[in-house]
Order: sequence, then C-alpha cells, then structure tokens
Amino acid sequence: MFTERRQFTHFSRLLHWTMAAMVLTMLCIGVAMVAWLANYHVLVSIHRPLGIAILILVVIRLVNRLMNRPPPFPATMSRAERLAATASELMMYALMFVLPLVGWGMLSAARYPIVLFGSVHLPFILPHDAMLYAVLRRAHTILAYLFFFTFIAHFGAILFHTLVVRDGMLQRMLPWNIRPQEPASPGVDGPSPRLVRNFIK
Amino acid sequence: MSIDLKTRAGVARPRLSKAGTLARFALIGVALGAVAGTFAYLGGWLTPSELTPARFADAFEQVDGTHPGFRRNHAKGVGVSGFFESNGNGVRLSTAVVFREGRVPVLGRFSLNGGQPYAADTPDAVRGLGLEFSLPDGELWRTATVNLPVFPVRTPEAFHELILASKPDPSTGKPNPAKMEAFLARHPESTKALTIIKGQPVSSGFENSTFHSLNAFRFTNAAGASIPVRWILTPTEPFKPASTASVSQDRNYLFHGLIAQIHRQPLHWHLIIIVGQPGDPTNDASIPWPAEREQVDVGTLTLDKVESDDTSAARDINFDPLVLPAGIASSDDPVLSARSAVYSQSYTRRAGESRQPSAITPADTSKGD
Repeated sequence: MFTERRQFTHFSRLLHWTMAAMVLTMLCIGVAMVAWLANYHVLVSIHRPLGIAILILVVIRLVNRLMNRPPPFPATMSRAERLAATASELMMYALMFVLPLVGWGMLSAARYPIVLFGSVHLPFILPHDAMLYAVLRRAHTILAYLFFFTFIAHFGAILFHTLVVRDGMLQRMLPWNIRPQEPASPGVDGPSPRLVRNFIK
Repeated sequence: MSIDLKTRAGVARPRLSKAGTLARFALIGVALGAVAGTFAYLGGWLTPSELTPARFADAFEQVDGTHPGFRRNHAKGVGVSGFFESNGNGVRLSTAVVFREGRVPVLGRFSLNGGQPYAADTPDAVRGLGLEFSLPDGELWRTATVNLPVFPVRTPEAFHELILASKPDPSTGKPNPAKMEAFLARHPESTKALTIIKGQPVSSGFENSTFHSLNAFRFTNAAGASIPVRWILTPTEPFKPASTASVSQDRNYLFHGLIAQIHRQPLHWHLIIIVGQPGDPTNDASIPWPAEREQVDVGTLTLDKVESDDTSAARDINFDPLVLPAGIASSDDPVLSARSAVYSQSYTRRAGESRQPSAITPADTSKGD
C-alpha cells in the first residue's frame, strides 16, 4: 500500500499546472474578446494559437494519463465525492478536446483563417456554411461556460479539502515534491463521510 | 471496505472550532467569488455602459431595423469575382505573398451603407467594396473599402454616436438636424472630415468609384522595415459625376448599372499603396495624409463576374479588415479592432438567421448573359 505513489508524476504535474494556466487564460480571453472593442484583435490573435496549443497538449496529456496511474484518492472522500471527482476530470479532458475542435470547426465553416503565427495557418476542416458556423459558435460559448463552472467546482472542492477537511489532497498535485515522512493522502479504500463530518464539527 | 484507523489518525488534524470552520468557508467563498468576479468583469457584466460589439450591432438595428440574415451594415449588395494581377512593385514594401508578381483569385462584394437590404439606391449612399484575395500559400487577405476619402469619425465611440444621431426621426423620416448639430459640436474633427467628404465629387456608379482603405495599416518588408500605409483602388473607368438632375426611377440603378458594365467588359481598378511618413496619423482615419505622399501602383484588380447575394459565396464572408496575411498588420487605429469586433458580431447574428431574398436577384445579375 505505501509503495503507492502519493503524488502525480512530475510530468503529470507539469502538464496540469501549465494547462491550468493556459485554460484559465483562454476562458478569460474568450469572455473578454466578445465584450471589448479595443482589444478584440489582439485577444483573438492570442486565442486561436493558444487553443490549438491546448489541443496538442491534451493529446499528450491523455496518453500520459493512461500510462500513469494517478495516486489514490484520500480516505476522506466519500464514494459520491470520488464519483464527482472522476466525472469532473473526465469532463475537463473532454472539454479540452472538444472546445478547440469546435473552435477550429466553426472558424472553418465561416472561412475565418486560423493563423497560428506569421503565415502559418491551419486548413479548414468543415465546408463553408454559415448556419453550421452559427450552431458551432453557440456550442463554443455553452461549452466554455460549462468549462468555467467545472473549473469553479474543481477549485472549490480542492479549497474545501485543503482548508476544511485538511486531508492533504492538494499534495497529490503540488508542483514540488512532498517530503516522504509527511503523510500525504493514505491510500485507503472506501468512503468515510462520517470522518469528514467529524473534522468540520 | 475497511478503514485503517492508524493511518487515519496519522492524517487527522486538531478539530476546527465553529468559528474557524466558518472562517475557512468564508475564505473559500471569497476565493471563488474573486474568480467569478474577475470573469464577470472581463465579460463586461460589471460595466453595462461600456460600448461592446453587441451594443454596436444593436445601434445599427435600432436605426435601420432588424433584417434577419442580412449584414447589420452594408446590407444591400452583390457578389463579384475576378483576380488580382500583381506587378511585383509591392515586394519592396511588404513580404505579403499577394505582392509577388502573379495572379491571385479574388472574391468581392459591392454594397451600400446602412442596414436596410431593400433601400433605394441614392448617389450619396456610401459605396463599399469588400475584397478577399486568396493567396497561393493558403493565406487570405480581406479589405473592406468605401468611396469616402476619410472616415467621418476618429473613434469607435464617436461612430456609435454618429449612427444614433443619424437615426431618422419617425415624424419626418429624416435625421433630426438638432441631434446631428449636437454631435458635430462634440466632435469638431468630424466637421472637418465631413467637409473633405462633401468636397469630393461623387461618381456616377460603382464602376468609376475610387475605394479607400480609410484606416492605416503597417507593411513589413524583407529587411524588416515597418512602414505605415493606406491604400486606394482607383478605377480605369473614366470619372463621370453622379447625376443631380433627377433621382432615378429604378430603385436599384447603381447595382443594375454595375451589372450591365461587368457584362459588357471586365472592370479594373489599380491597387495603389500610399506610403506614410513619420508624423502621418495612423490612429485617426478622419485626417487625410498629405497629397504628395508616395503612391505605389502594385497591381490591377479585375472583376469579371457578378452574382446575386443569394448565390454568391461572398454573402457568407465577413470582410473583416483585420484578416491579413503575413507582411501586413494592423496599425494603432482603435477603429480597426472595433470594426473587426463589430463585423464579427454582425456575422454571428446573421449566420444563424433565415433570410429573405436579396433586392438584387439572380435574375438581375444574369441579365445580359
């Protein structure tokens, strides 16, 4: 049991924090660029290549995730919490794939060039079709809000575990290595909601 | 499913007091609130008076009504196509592939300003020509030009004011002169620009109109030198003044004239790059550059096909002036970014709407075939 990894691998943690910054930047740029006249062009010029960078990184990340078992959940998590955590992880992976693809697709359908830098640009992946653009454009917004709310739930959950439950859940993903003697989340199976209640009494 | 009590004891921390727990929940609330608040601020929800692309498009709809499926401005138009033959003179100014000697296909659209797709043609309606150059390396260059020598306003905010000030009064059907006077009193630069605009004679049709980029852009050449430029399209058709005698009986006389001309022979324009000098304003399209600025003829645009908006691929193109190839970049003109944002808003609105047939039908554009 104690030979289990307590933290995600270095590479997993690097990917997590890099992509966390990229995704948050992306969500902020996305919501700002449709609301501000002055910075629209600059923001759009960042949004497109950054989205494609996320798409490339999430492929690497998925392969890495499948190859490396994550450390176990803390014993303090109930079955429902574990289910929710797994579901939100799946959701964020799916969104990191789908949002850039929908973006690429909608720009293709509207024949907006997808310029990465200089003269380097991506090919169009869908036919020129304004109605198709309209549907994908709407989907892009809805999925982006979904991502934002999933992020809020993820952020709220980790704050709750770190500040209230204090089960060291955050240590699994800390960018630095935790000391071996420091007991991180022990790999104990099974829910213990009573335990959580006791902690916060 | 067993719980290892020893291990659990290892993790356990001293219990939190009620106040401590509450304080920690409050901290979580503050953190989440800060994230949500930042997001809301960036999304413009906390600044409802700020001018956004959506409010800009709303202004066009307020003045001209909502016409589903049509552009919110320059709603009436026809598609055209042809090619641009570059003579290579632009290579020393910009690395853009479009300036290398050779021919690239062009898709375009002639239009009249305003959001009413069935308005009658008038000599003083602003004529637009949107162009898309398809470069051999797959890059696109789009430019949206008009037949005004300067833009009537300096900033996006002033343009928004001008749109609202020119809204026809329901009782007279014409803009309220008091509102326009108030606008001009607030914007002396617009008075100057309108004097320049009114001083330029209007030509008889699209085919002999000169079209201007209005805003400045920046060209970068192979040596890395960045220069401010504007461009114009000068027609090879000789200038004839617009008839002032009587308004035509034909509501679409400008478009019908263009269609007849293109069926007779292809129409040509020279693409002239105006090279700015240090000190020439690049962030204010309401001010003309000195007439003696160097002008470089970089090639000839030929338009030999005309098609109704109903069937033309140009209908579903957003002639966003900031769709630029490498070698051409935006200037510091705030109107450029705003045009890009508002065009995009207009495109997104109309793309999802079902639309009525255009004023200029496929039957109109095939006449003379």
